[in-house]
Amino acid sequence: MGRAKIPRKSTNIDMTAMCDVAFLLLSFFILATKQKPPEAVAVNAPTSVSSKVAPEDAILITLTKEGKVFLMLGDDTRKTDILDKLNTNKNLGLSESELKKLGKLSFIGMPLGAIKSALTAGQDIPADKLPGIPITDSTNNELVDWMRSINDAYAGSDLKQLEEKIVIKGDNFAKYPAFKNIKYALKKNNIFKFRIATNSETVPVGSELYNTNRSAAESGQK
Amino acid sequence: MAEMDTSSGGGHKKGPGVKKAKKLSTRVDLTPMVDLGFLLITFFVFTTTMSKPTAMNMNEPKDDPENQLKVKNSGAMTILLGKNDQVYYYMGELTNATEQFKSTNFKDVRDIILDKKKNTPMDDLMYIIKADKESTFKNAIDILDEMSINTVPPGHYAEVDISDTEAELIKQTESANGIK
Repeated sequence: MGRAKIPRKSTNIDMTAMCDVAFLLLSFFILATKQKPPEAVAVNAPTSVSSKVAPEDAILITLTKEGKVFLMLGDDTRKTDILDKLNTNKNLGLSESELKKLGKLSFIGMPLGAIKSALTAGQDIPADKLPGIPITDSTNNELVDWMRSINDAYAGSDLKQLEEKIVIKGDNFAKYPAFKNIKYALKKNNIFKFRIATNSETVPVGSELYNTNRSAAESGQK
Repeated sequence: MAEMDTSSGGGHKKGPGVKKAKKLSTRVDLTPMVDLGFLLITFFVFTTTMSKPTAMNMNEPKDDPENQLKVKNSGAMTILLGKNDQVYYYMGELTNATEQFKSTNFKDVRDIILDKKKNTPMDDLMYIIKADKESTFKNAIDILDEMSINTVPPGHYAEVDISDTEAELIKQTESANGIK
C-alpha cells in the first residue's frame, strides 16, 4: 500500500548568480557616482531650462539663505597668484606661510580684516559660524577687492577664460539685494559675463522654447 | 550550512589503520554577501545625483549714463517682482497707476509675456525687470528663465533698479491684497 513519496527538496538556493548581479550593480553605481565638489555650505540652487553644464574648477561665489557670501577660488594654480595680488592690493601684511595656509582653505568666508587673526588662531571654524564676505553696500563691499585680485591674476590673455569660470550659486530664498550687491562687485571690475549655477528643469511642453527646440531637432534629422 | 558527515558509519573499507579523510564541502553560503551587496547598492543609489548641475549665462549691460538705451513706450513691459513670489507688471510708461499696475504670479506671467511678444514688433520689444528688495534670488532667476522659455532674444530684456514709486506701489498692492 504505497502512498507516493514526496521527494524532499533542499531549500538551499544557489546564491552565486544573485551575488554576481548584486556586485555588478554595485560596481556600476560606484563608478557612476561622481564625487561632489566640496561646498562651503549647502545651498538649494534655483532651476532653469538651461542645458549648459556647469564649468569645473569654477570661481564659485556662494550666496546663502541668510545672505552670507562665500568664495571658492577654484583652480589651484591661480590660487596663490590671486592671494598674492590681494595681499599687495589691500596691504594685508600676510607672510608667505600665512598665504599658504590661506590657500589651503577650500573656501573663504570672512572679512579681509579678520583673515590674519583667523589664520593665527589656526582652528577650523565651521562654515555656518563664519560671517561671510561683507557685501552690504557699495562702501563696504569686499567682494569688489576679491574680484579685483582675481581679475589681476587672470589679466591678459586669460580674461576670456575667466568669464567662463565665474559662477554664482545662490540659494532660492536669498534676498535679491544680496544678489544685486554681488553683481555690483562683478560689474565694478568690468566683468559683465558670468554664470549662474542652476539645477536643470525640463522645458515646459508647448512653450516657445519647446517648439523651437523641436523644430531644430527635426531639421537636424533631415 | 553546516552539514554532518553521516557516511562514515560503514567503517573499515580500506583496511584497518587507514583513516578516512574527511570531505569538506566547498560550498560557501553566499547569503550574507548578497545582503551586503544589496545594502551597498541601495546606499549608492540614494547618494548618486544623476542630474548634473547646469549653469545659466548672464550678460550684464555696462552702466553707461551717457548712452542710455531708449525704449519705445509701446513696446515696453515692466515686470516687478515682489514678496511671496508675486509678480506685478505694467505696459509702457507708468502714468496711471490704478489702471496700469496689475498683479499676477509666476504661473500666469508666461502668457502675458508671450502675448506682449506676439503683439509687438520685435524691434520695439523690451521687457524691463525690476526686483523689489523683498523678492528672492529664485524669483530673479525664474523671470530670466521665463525669458528664455518664451525665446525672448537677449538684448530685449534687462534688469533695472526699482524706483521708489514702484516700490511704494508694490507695498500698497501687497497690503491691499493681504500678502505678508
